[in-house]
Amino acid sequence: MVLKKLGKQTLQFNSMPSIKSWASVVGPMEGQGPLAEYFDVIWDNTLGSEKTWEKAEQKLMQYSMELALEKAALLPTDLDFYLAGDLLNQIITANFTAGSLGIPFFGLFGACSTLAEGLALAGILIDGGYAAKVGVSASSHHDTAERQFRFPTEFGVQRPMTAQWTVTGCGSFVVENKSNGFKITQATIGKVVDMGTMNANDMGTAMAPAAFDTIQTHLQDTGRKIDDYDLIITGDLGLLGNNILKELLKKQGMDTGNVSDCGILIYSPEQDTHSGGSGCGCSAVVLAGYLLEQMRKGLYKRIFLVGTGALLSPTSTFQGNSIPCIAHGVVLEYS
Amino acid sequence: MTGKGFDLEGIRERLVKRQELIDHYKEQGKNLDKNLEQQLKQELQQEHQGVLLLEAQKEKDDRQEIVKLRSELEQQQQDLLKIKQLNYQRMAVKMAPPMTVLRNAILAFVVGGLICVIGQVMFALFQQGGLVEKEASTATSATLVFFGALFTGLGLYDELGKFAGAGSIIPITGFANSMVAPALEFKREGFVYGVGARLFTIAGPVITYGTVVSIFIGLIYYFTK
Repeated sequence: MVLKKLGKQTLQFNSMPSIKSWASVVGPMEGQGPLAEYFDVIWDNTLGSEKTWEKAEQKLMQYSMELALEKAALLPTDLDFYLAGDLLNQIITANFTAGSLGIPFFGLFGACSTLAEGLALAGILIDGGYAAKVGVSASSHHDTAERQFRFPTEFGVQRPMTAQWTVTGCGSFVVENKSNGFKITQATIGKVVDMGTMNANDMGTAMAPAAFDTIQTHLQDTGRKIDDYDLIITGDLGLLGNNILKELLKKQGMDTGNVSDCGILIYSPEQDTHSGGSGCGCSAVVLAGYLLEQMRKGLYKRIFLVGTGALLSPTSTFQGNSIPCIAHGVVLEYS
Repeated sequence: MTGKGFDLEGIRERLVKRQELIDHYKEQGKNLDKNLEQQLKQELQQEHQGVLLLEAQKEKDDRQEIVKLRSELEQQQQDLLKIKQLNYQRMAVKMAPPMTVLRNAILAFVVGGLICVIGQVMFALFQQGGLVEKEASTATSATLVFFGALFTGLGLYDELGKFAGAGSIIPITGFANSMVAPALEFKREGFVYGVGARLFTIAGPVITYGTVVSIFIGLIYYFTK
């Protein structure tokens, strides 16, 4: 059997699995940002109507998946698989959501690369002939992440300029085996890259080399050039990480005019998030809201979405280890 | 060892040669050529796997030598990775946004000072109200703690902290904040496993080391007075 693989790390989806529908539900801060008009639902507080933030995040995920299903006139039982992940210990958001939807489920942890990982796996399941329709979700919540990874939310501590703001929001997608316009044509599976960053408040510096590695490998594997893409968009490198990535690409003689980052797009500078947004939800809601709409409008024909994940654990950071990072890329084409 | 015959002496020789190469690149602050790095990595991996298998096959008492070799190989794997890491960190540091130290220090000074001035005014008022010095200072602390807790509960203290930094953490109001913030936060996990267990998440280290330091200072005082 001929492998449907290009080079070392890139998968070719010949049957063109496509994104059939999508939806996003976000928190108030994201709703005040520049992409507000592209989100389906904006909550006016971070609890929704729940008692805990964890429960609220679970609802974000469930509602966004249900909305995506409703837009495609489907029910959960029409899906063959559900692929979802979040930032919390034991990916509880995804587990509870999968429980309530009742679909065969793969739980994913790729930190903020979860969405790209999910779309790549959905592509594999569909192109491999194992599924006709797959649901994909990735969520994060500012307050659940803060209390798990950093400090209690009301603690009056100063965040350094390199810190990023975890996005409260979830983006969900239905991927199907019929070609409908938004095609997932390739995926590049990343390797863990650890360049020795120890500072948990500086994920951009930690993740940029992983993004660089995946982009470079993707271009090698496919024989494409960077300007064969209308947009190369990383998940959540933030301002600093984006600058470092551009610097790394320039050193290889590449033009970086089309390189952007979801973490930069989601908030405006006035929102004072310092280095930008982060979290699994960041690339998920930017794709589900903004990017796919731009593709539909014809602004972008082919984009390379590179989900970047800092696989951070407070335990290992406290024990003096650096932060391992990963980046998965998916090529989305519209025609 | 995969492919090649197993040869401990060969491994040791290559270990030394590789170390020279790695040290050379480390000194120069240069990254290894990609192919060379890959080759070294592969070599190390192969030898490590081989040594692991040998270790598994040996009797417990004969393992010492091989365990030492294994940890040397592991150290070298780390050293090889370090070259790239150090060079990257050097480059990344230059791109980091400048720390706003001066601005932060001034804000911390002003806000911290203001909190203390408020405390001093309270102290004077308590004394005017008829409390003796010791009582007045206790009453002042208690009042400041109350307001620190209140503003934390109202969701204002973290906003102040964002602006004032150490200026609002160091005074006693900051201590109140560091207790009330986890109390509010972990109430949802219940009063035993939440509030009870995690109340001192932030204040704990301060109390622990505050106590330790006070013991030392007490001893110094005892022996020098």
